[in-house]
Amino acid sequence: MLSISNLGVTFTQYNQGLRRKQLTVITDLDLDVQSGEVVAVVGASGSGKSLLAHALLGILPKNAAISGTMRFQGEMLTPKRCQSLRGKAIALIPQSVGYLDPLMKVGAQVQRVAQLTGCSKAEAKTGVDRTFTRYDLPMNVRDRYPFQLSGGMARRVLVSTAVVTKAQLVIADEPTPGLHPDVVKETLSHLRELATEGRGVILITHDIEAALQIADRVAVFYAGTTVEIAAARDFHSGNLRHPYTQALWRSLPQNEFMPVPGNQPSPEQLPTGCLFSDRCPWVSEICDAERPQLRKVREGWVRCVHAKG
Amino acid sequence: MDMRVKPLLLFIVIFAAQKLLRLGLLLMAVAVFTFVLLSFSPIDPVKAYIGADMMQISPEQQVLIAERWGLDQPIGERFLDWLGQLVQGNLGTSLVFNQPVSEVIASRFQASLQMLAIAWLFSGLLGLALGITAGALQGRWPDRLIRFYAYTLASAPTFWVALLLLIIFAVSFKIAPVCCAAPPGVLSQNVTFWQRLHHLLLPAAALSIIGIANITLHTRQKLIDVLHSDYVLFARAQGESLWNIVRYHGFRNILLPAITLQFASLSELFGGSVLVEQVFAYPGLGEATVQAALRSDIPLLVGIVFFSALFVYTGNTLADLAYPVIDPRIRLGDSLT
Ligand code: SF4
Repeated sequence: MLSISNLGVTFTQYNQGLRRKQLTVITDLDLDVQSGEVVAVVGASGSGKSLLAHALLGILPKNAAISGTMRFQGEMLTPKRCQSLRGKAIALIPQSVGYLDPLMKVGAQVQRVAQLTGCSKAEAKTGVDRTFTRYDLPMNVRDRYPFQLSGGMARRVLVSTAVVTKAQLVIADEPTPGLHPDVVKETLSHLRELATEGRGVILITHDIEAALQIADRVAVFYAGTTVEIAAARDFHSGNLRHPYTQALWRSLPQNEFMPVPGNQPSPEQLPTGCLFSDRCPWVSEICDAERPQLRKVREGWVRCVHAKG
Repeated sequence: MDMRVKPLLLFIVIFAAQKLLRLGLLLMAVAVFTFVLLSFSPIDPVKAYIGADMMQISPEQQVLIAERWGLDQPIGERFLDWLGQLVQGNLGTSLVFNQPVSEVIASRFQASLQMLAIAWLFSGLLGLALGITAGALQGRWPDRLIRFYAYTLASAPTFWVALLLLIIFAVSFKIAPVCCAAPPGVLSQNVTFWQRLHHLLLPAAALSIIGIANITLHTRQKLIDVLHSDYVLFARAQGESLWNIVRYHGFRNILLPAITLQFASLSELFGGSVLVEQVFAYPGLGEATVQAALRSDIPLLVGIVFFSALFVYTGNTLADLAYPVIDPRIRLGDSLT
């Protein structure tokens, strides 16, 4: 349904003296999503997760240039097509109630989302009713303002904004940070449900544990590039291919709890070779020669010259 | 329902009590300042009262008047005396108009009020419209044009703008009257509504043009902030167009600061009216202020000082009140969660 290959995003900045500066924040990003599956996108902040969502929705800032290809339902995603698809075929579930208008009642906001898909006012209203019933939101919640929602309610309202659109592709951007474990579980199960209904779901998160609970596949991003795409079960079975994914997995509390030493390279000075080379335990000369290509290894994809089949 | 009405009532009582207390303190401070300033001013109240007939009145008679007015008393006693009269609502008699000060202020303010109201509404609405246009099209040519206009106006003196309007519309095009609140020679009860409006329009326009700049620039900046917010990003992700974003989200979120600013701007408007009324010889409170000052009419001047303090304070109080009325986050608090 969605396939992205070699996506690149470059920002043009002007600093003092009007010197132009190119900042490549995404290099060679690959991802594919089938309908009915949840693909988790994990990575540290600055790995390009949220920018990917913005690129798909065509809401990157004006000074951003995109390269590479994005296909949605077989057709190329041009900026123009992004504009016509967003809110209709592709929907975003935002991070927090901070993404709702603080001075507009919740019901009206969700209804507005429904109307933007092309429904009439009456249709939109029944759509909101249906969705709120589905998520156990009492009718009086519609007359509340975002600041009056409890954490769990807020999550359900945010999910509702995507559900009223009937979008085939739903992108959930960090839906679980700082939430009560019960709410996390509930939110994740709602996302899983959306996939079961036949939608494709992209779950953007830095929380691997949460991702593994519902994801079919996991794409690991590092410094704006896809380093590995693995099945969720590969994590527990030790079938991981990329040294960064392995290090991430080891860093979890229930495993060795060992943080990955070092930092992501800054987009201002990316290495010419493998982006992970300065932190990689397996690094050798060929790593620095050129950027490794994404290869198929053991049923998954990996961007590392030393990964073995 | 009951649970929510009670705190609201309590809130109103506390709010009113606070405001009244502050108003009392403010007026007291104004009273002390005015009195001290006036007692150091070179104006001799007796001379001011007698005016041109000074030559015909002997020094003995002058002393008599001063005694009768209590001018020979120590300053503290004089102040208390004066304050006592003030508290009873006696502002004295205007020397220029030969009428009780409160009557002069009432009739003059009525004339000014119409002008102020038109200028206030006009500058508010137009400023809001210009600010929204500029903010939504940030960096494009309409924005640059509006900003240029606003900065130019913000630095133009009021009387200069008033004179310019007078020259263009009254002198060159002759579509507006040159002065006053009514055609000369017509009895006030015979002046029609249209005639009054005709005379009102130019001064009101001059006054509002100055106010527009402020509200325009403020609204523009606020809208730009809103357009860079997360909720607008989400609205764009839903496929909302720029003008619908302004309509559904922008407007709602800039209205509160705009209204607050507009109420708070009453003080500037009031100050501006002094100059504008002078230029147009419009018989309002502002023009009376100038006359009172030029002809040493101390009772009237003091009355106007008090009245303007009250007026500005009312404006600021309305601005404060706008918050809980408009913003649900303040109005409802977290009582429902
Ligand atoms: S390509 Fe080389 S540096 Fe990069 S991850 Fe593989 S082994 Fe490490």
